[in-house]
Parts: sequence; C-alpha cells; structure tokens
Amino acid sequence: MHEVSVTVNGVLRSATVPARRLLSDFLRHDLGCTGTHVGCEHGVCGACTVLLDGEPVRSCLLFAVSVDGAQLTTVEGCRAPDGGLGPVQRAFHECHGLQCGYCTPGFITTVTAYLRDHPDPTEEQAREAIGGNLCRCTGYQNIVASVLRAAAIQRGEA
Amino acid sequence: MTTRMFGEPIQRREDPRLVSGDGRYLDDLGQDALAAAFVRSPYAHARVTDVDVTDALDVDGLVAVYTYEDLDGRVAEPLPLLIPHPSLHAPRTGYPLANGIVRHVGEPVAMVVAVDRYVAEDVASLIRVTYEQLPVVVGIAAALRADAAVHEDVADNVAAHLVQEVGDARAAIDAAPHRLHLDLDIERSASTPLEGKGVYARWDPADRSLRVYSSTQTSTSVRFAVAAKLGIPVDRVEVVTPDVGGGFGVKIVHPWPEEVLVPWAAIRLGRPVKWTEDRREHFISSAHERAQTHAVDVGFDDDGRLHGLSVTFAHDNGAYTPYGIIAPIITSTQLLGPYKPGAYRVEFRSVYTNTVQVTPYRGAGRPQGVFVMERTMDAIARYLDLDRTVVRERNFIQPDEMPYDQGMIFQDGRPLIYDSGDYPAALDKLKKLIGWDDFAAYRDQARAEGRRVGIGIGCYVEGTGVGPYEGAYVRVETDGTVVVATGLTTQGQGHETVFAQVAAAVLGVPVEAVTVVTGDTRRFRYAVGTFASRAAVLSGNAVALAARKVRAKALRIAGEALEVDPRDLEVTDGVVHVRGTPQAQIALKTVAVLANPLRYAFDAEAARATQFAVGGSLDKPPVADDDEPGLEATDYYSPLRSTFADGMHAAIVETDPETAEITVLRYAVVHDCGRLINPRIVDGQIHGGVAQGVGGALYERLVYDDAGQLLNASFMDFLMPYASEVPVVEIDHLETPSPLNPLGVKGAGEAGVIPGAAVLASAIEDAEGIPITRMPISPSELWEARREGRR
Repeated sequence: MHEVSVTVNGVLRSATVPARRLLSDFLRHDLGCTGTHVGCEHGVCGACTVLLDGEPVRSCLLFAVSVDGAQLTTVEGCRAPDGGLGPVQRAFHECHGLQCGYCTPGFITTVTAYLRDHPDPTEEQAREAIGGNLCRCTGYQNIVASVLRAAAIQRGEA
Repeated sequence: MTTRMFGEPIQRREDPRLVSGDGRYLDDLGQDALAAAFVRSPYAHARVTDVDVTDALDVDGLVAVYTYEDLDGRVAEPLPLLIPHPSLHAPRTGYPLANGIVRHVGEPVAMVVAVDRYVAEDVASLIRVTYEQLPVVVGIAAALRADAAVHEDVADNVAAHLVQEVGDARAAIDAAPHRLHLDLDIERSASTPLEGKGVYARWDPADRSLRVYSSTQTSTSVRFAVAAKLGIPVDRVEVVTPDVGGGFGVKIVHPWPEEVLVPWAAIRLGRPVKWTEDRREHFISSAHERAQTHAVDVGFDDDGRLHGLSVTFAHDNGAYTPYGIIAPIITSTQLLGPYKPGAYRVEFRSVYTNTVQVTPYRGAGRPQGVFVMERTMDAIARYLDLDRTVVRERNFIQPDEMPYDQGMIFQDGRPLIYDSGDYPAALDKLKKLIGWDDFAAYRDQARAEGRRVGIGIGCYVEGTGVGPYEGAYVRVETDGTVVVATGLTTQGQGHETVFAQVAAAVLGVPVEAVTVVTGDTRRFRYAVGTFASRAAVLSGNAVALAARKVRAKALRIAGEALEVDPRDLEVTDGVVHVRGTPQAQIALKTVAVLANPLRYAFDAEAARATQFAVGGSLDKPPVADDDEPGLEATDYYSPLRSTFADGMHAAIVETDPETAEITVLRYAVVHDCGRLINPRIVDGQIHGGVAQGVGGALYERLVYDDAGQLLNASFMDFLMPYASEVPVVEIDHLETPSPLNPLGVKGAGEAGVIPGAAVLASAIEDAEGIPITRMPISPSELWEARREGRR
C-alpha cells in the first residue's frame, strides 16, 4: 500500500492505495470526486480526462501512485470562482452540448485546457480540439458550438 | 412575465448539475458497497463440466462465490420472455448464471462478491472452469444451414417464423410490367452507451425492504421483475434510476442476470452489493442488433408505381430471445415507409446463433427496413431512368389519404394506421434544403476537378409513442413550486426540461418553478419505460392531463375564494386572476394552502388553512365527498394506437477515386414529429441519431469469427465516430400535429438514425455507379466492389 497525495482542484487530498489503483478509480472511489467518469478503461473514449499539472490526461491509463504530488483539475474544478458554472460549463449548457452527460466531464476538462492555449479557435480547430473524445448522444455538432461559445465567453464577449 | 413555454427552445434544466460533475450515475452511488464481478464464458458454445474455486478461496477480501448450483427458487429459473408472440414458437432465454451450457462468449458462469472490484476480478481470474466445447453457429447462413443447433431442442435454429400479407403480392408482381430482385444485407451493431449497465442493491433487514438502483430504461418493470424473481412482496421493493449515461435501447431489456443476482446476493449477505459493467462486458454480454439478410421481389409499372412487393428476410437474434421478435416485426411493417406498396407480402425467420442476444437498438429494425425499401426505390429509378425523388413521390401516401391503413399489425399488436403526415411537402423541403435539382451541375463541376461525388436520399415513417400507457403526478406546493413525477426513465433526452415545459404551460407557472422526477418507483409506481420514441407522447400527454386536473381544481378553489365563476379565471406567472381584472387575484401557492384544510399550523402559510381561519359553509364537510385534500392530481395517457412520425434525409458524399475513402460532405434532414415541445432538444436528438446512422453506415460493425469470438470488443476496434467523422446536420422541420393525443406530438428519439444506411448507400451508389447492397461499407469494401463492378 502506498500513500498518495495530490492537489485536486486546489485542495490537498491523500489516501493509501495499492500500487495498481488507477487514477480514475482513485479520484472516484478513494477521494469521492465522482464527476470524472469511466467509459472504456482503455484510453479511447476520453470520459475520464482530467488535467494533470494543467495538461489533459486519461486518468484510466495512469496509476495513482505515478502522480503523487501532482496538481489535478477535474470537472468539479472547472467551476467559476464564485462556485457558479465556469465558462466552458456555461457554454455547454447554453449550446445544448450534452445529453446524457456521461462523456461531458471529459469534454469540459479537455476544452478547458485547449482554450487556455488557443483562445480564439476557428470552427474547424474547435472540431479538431475535441477529436479525441467520444460522445454517443450529441453527434458533436453542439459540442463544437460549445467550444466556440466558451471561447467567446472567455474573451469577454458574453 | 410568463413566456410561451410549450414550443420554446429553452435551455435544459438538468445541465447545471451534469456539467459540474454533480450528476449521480450508478457507479457514483454505494461507495461502501461490496463489488461484484463475473466469470464469463470464453467459448461460444460449450458444456460447463466443472467449476473449481479452490485457488480463489484464499484471496484476501473475498466475500462470496456463486455458481448456478447456489441459486434458489425462481432465481434458478430462466430469465423471463418479456414479449411473447404467437409466431415466436421456440423462445429461449438464458439463466442468471449458466445452467450447464453456455451459448455465447460472455455468458455469465460464476459471480464473485468481494471488498472491491479489483479483488473481485482477482478472484474471478482464479476460478477454473472446465468446458467441453460444442459446435458453434455464427451468422445467418450457418444458422439456416443448421449443421449445428444453438439450442439442442431447436434443431433448425429457427426461433420464429412470421408471414404478413396484404393482397396477393406474388400475383401482383408476376402481373406487373417490370420486375426486379434485390439481395440486401445489414450487419451487426450495438447501442453502445458511454455508460454501461450497473446495479446497486441494499437490503434493509429490519424493514425487510429492498432498494435497487439500476442504470435501466424501465425502473417500474425492473421492480416487478425483481420482486417476482426474489419472492419479495412488490411493496417491499423500490427501484430507482439514477442519472443514466445513455441507453439507446439496450437498457430496456430486463431483468439482466445482474439485476437479479446483485439484489439476491445483497439479501443473502446482508450487505450492499454493486456491479458496474466494464466496456468489454458490455460488448460481450449485453445485447446487439441490426444483422439481417433480405431478398426483395418488386413489380412496378412504367411510371415506377409499385404493384407488388415481396420481402423475405432472416433476422439474427443471437443466443436468446428475451425481447421477443420486436425488431424483425418492426422491420417487416416499417419497411413500407411513406409508400403505398400495392400488394405486400413479408416473411421472416428469426434465427439462433452463438452470439450475444439481439434486442432493440435505437431505430429497432427500422434502419434495415428503410434500407431495403429505399434501395428498392433507387433500383426502380435506375431501371426506368427516372429521378429517384420522382419514383418516391409517385408512390407516396397523399395527405388527403390520412389516416392511412397499411392493413398490417404493428409491433404493439394494433393496426398499422398512419395518423398524419405530409410526405410531398417534406420531400419538397428536403429537395430545397440539399439543392437536389442543382446537384447535376455540382457533379459536373466536381468531375471536371477529378472528384467523384454523389447524392442520396432516404425516407422513413416511424411508429412512435407506443402504448400501453404512461402516467404522471402533478402537485402545486404551498410555496408555489410544482412537483411533477412520471414513471418512465431518462437517459439524456431532457425529460426534466420538456415535462416541466408541458406542466408550466398548462398551469401558467414559470418553468423554473417546476421540478420533474423520472424513473423512481418511490415517486410513481405505474409506468412502462423509455423506448420507441414514446416519452414525449406518453408521459408528455400524461403530464398535460394531470396538470389540467390540477388547474381545474385550482380554478374552482380560487373561484370560491374570489367569489367569481372559475370560467372567468386564468393563471399567469403563478397567480390566478379574473380575466381582464387583474386586481381580483390569488396566488396559486395560496390556493394550494386552501386546498388542504388543516388542523395544525406548521408555518405561516399553513395557518391560513387551519380550521378557525377558513370560513366556508358549515353545512358541508371541509373536504367534499368527491374531493381530496391537496392541489394535486394523477392522470394517465393511453393511446388508441401509435403515432407515426416521418422524415427524409439527403446526403452528398465524395469518394476518393484512388483510395475509396468515403467522406460525407453534406447531410440534410427534414423531420416531422408533430408539434415540437422544445426544438433545441429535438434538434439535439436528430444530431445524435444521424451520428449513429453515419456510424452504422460507414464504421460500426461487430465482427465475429467462426468460433464465435467477438473480434472487436473494445473502443479501439469498434469504430464509433469521433467529431472528425460526423457531418454537420442541416435540419428543417415540418409540424403535422398528431390527431391522436391532446398535445399533438409524435416521438423524436430515434428518428435521426433510421435512414442513415439507406441515404449513404444511395449517395455512394450515385457517386460510383455500382450497386451498393450491403451496409456498413468500408473503403476497402468499396474498393473491392469497384473491382467486381469492373468485371
């Protein structure tokens, strides 16, 4: 068993887990951050995407022990500072960018990281940015719109 | 002020929690529960001769291992046949754990319960099962050859055989001026929700009650099924559907082995137990659909009008038939689409194979039927050298022929009578939307650039809103909020929003005041489930009916309080007032207080309804004989028969002359589901459906080898489309109200997926000039088809 300490959404959290505990399971079952979802457990669907020191990673492909000491951002951490919806969350709501909501946390984290580096994407770039995440409900059209809307919100064009 | 709620594209009520990580899906619950894992058969057909748990018993954290021998009572019996049918002469269902024989890879053989899923899987891997392999049947051709049998007592592998005929189709075809024969195939695919199935059960020994959470499309029926299987009074069982990460049909099947075994183990162990399906389990142990082979004979005249149509097809139902023969019945009836077929004969056989069972996946037999009919329409057009839309138009049922009786029996056992629709208008809209008449010029231009493009079309009619019923409960609280409960479940369709819109519109309250609960048997006990694009039709109308009762009661009580005729009252923004005299008013929340005569004042509002505060006649009891306390009502909507939505899709594709890569350049949809409750949500349903249609046409197939191994049971190999594969969908609506229900709505859930294979086959055939008769089609298959076409 290993003690793993990580900063999740700005709060230091730790738990003692076996070496084989996946980061996704660690977040969900050891730390209770159930916003991060598991869709395939082989790194293809992207539902479990979290930000590891700011970069999107598939938490189902990492062991918790391998990220000891890291900064993690999950969908719960993509809120606005006042606790309301963050810009990406708000955009998904406004553009009907989700239906069942299961894949949504992975999109929100992915898009959050993308827009930090690319604040003004074209529609084609927005589609490319979400090209590694699977959604079975929306057909992606409104997710692309959500990316563009989130960018506009972040640029202050709300 | 109150905006028009019904028909407005308002934002969804459920989104704030789902985008914040505050949704509660099955695996988010029961963090302290024991975890279940299953030992599943690695063989497609085998006798289980021994299950040796010796090595497994030493694992730290193991709680229990169960095999078939441990099952008792009705748990040891086969799972139910949910939808019997007279033509399903040899139905077979599996056991919760294999009873001596396994009939597909993935069938559960043993159940392990341990402290967590990691340990449970450790144990499962140490259980040694000895199998004696039996001959394997894979594919429709092998099933019909019947060299081997999936079920020992069904030697020909035929589970069902059904013929329906309207007129003498064979004679009509023989007598027709022209005849064509086509062979048309569709391969296997699957619903594949991003969240798999899951069950979590808690037994309260003191209360002798069971709480089951399941990621299901029908909580009420799971409740009855679990109670029956476990021998517990129904009154002691509650089933709650948490947030569900997609269903698309697969989660309507119930009770799954795990839905029986997890509660059963929770009771035996006296501890909460949870099972969360993993992705591989979902591929090999839930359900698939779509695989069918069809032979078509059609007779028609010089104008392309159908005289007779005969379709014989075979449906691969996999190893078991828990959901009966719903999918092939739907194919056989919905194949007719918006057309008058002349005389029609359809015959199908539903056959067993050693593969995962087949149950409805969004569209449910319609994508195959529409593929068959639309390929036939294109073949007639090509044969007669007519425009493909002209042939379709000439065979359309006309608006003045509605309601139109196709003379057949539909999947709900009721007549196949179309309620309404305007197919010529829809085609006209579609041709304008895609630019059908301008395409020839575009093709010439593309050709000059060395590019190969094609345009395709597909039309469908979709029976939606099947019965038997749904109900709803509506209550106005004394704080003015409104609670709505309906029994059917939600998997992303936005029911919390649309049912709130319906209730708000009827009651005259802001939509923000309404909260909606679905799929919780504690809140509503009688329901059927979410499938067949029925939620808006069935529960939508039930909510409207219940809300109308509440409104009528509110107006009566308000009329008494204001001493006016209730017929002069209306409700705006939660306030009942005299029409034209807004000063004479009473808040709906005050009416709710008055509706419940009280003895005890628990708060200031309640004090207004206590016995010395309320006036009224001393000659009548506080609650009249025909009345009940509370501003609430329950009502049910039960349709005479299904509504029939329709739509037409067109696509423009480009095929690479060298690599045969297929790209969808444009995709246009004209859609008619009657009155729209929320256009934003309907458009979203269409987008998602089209994505599944494109996936099913170009990418998705479940590939079994001859030994019955599913070769692509992962997201690495089963190619669900990403954003890069799905075209932008251009949508135009037609709103032809249904005359069958108070809201005039039809269903919209499945529509988008239905004509996908038909449309893209049509477009690829147009681009390539070679017949496309099998879907899905990959670039390598198109490349092969080109080679064969040149021969």
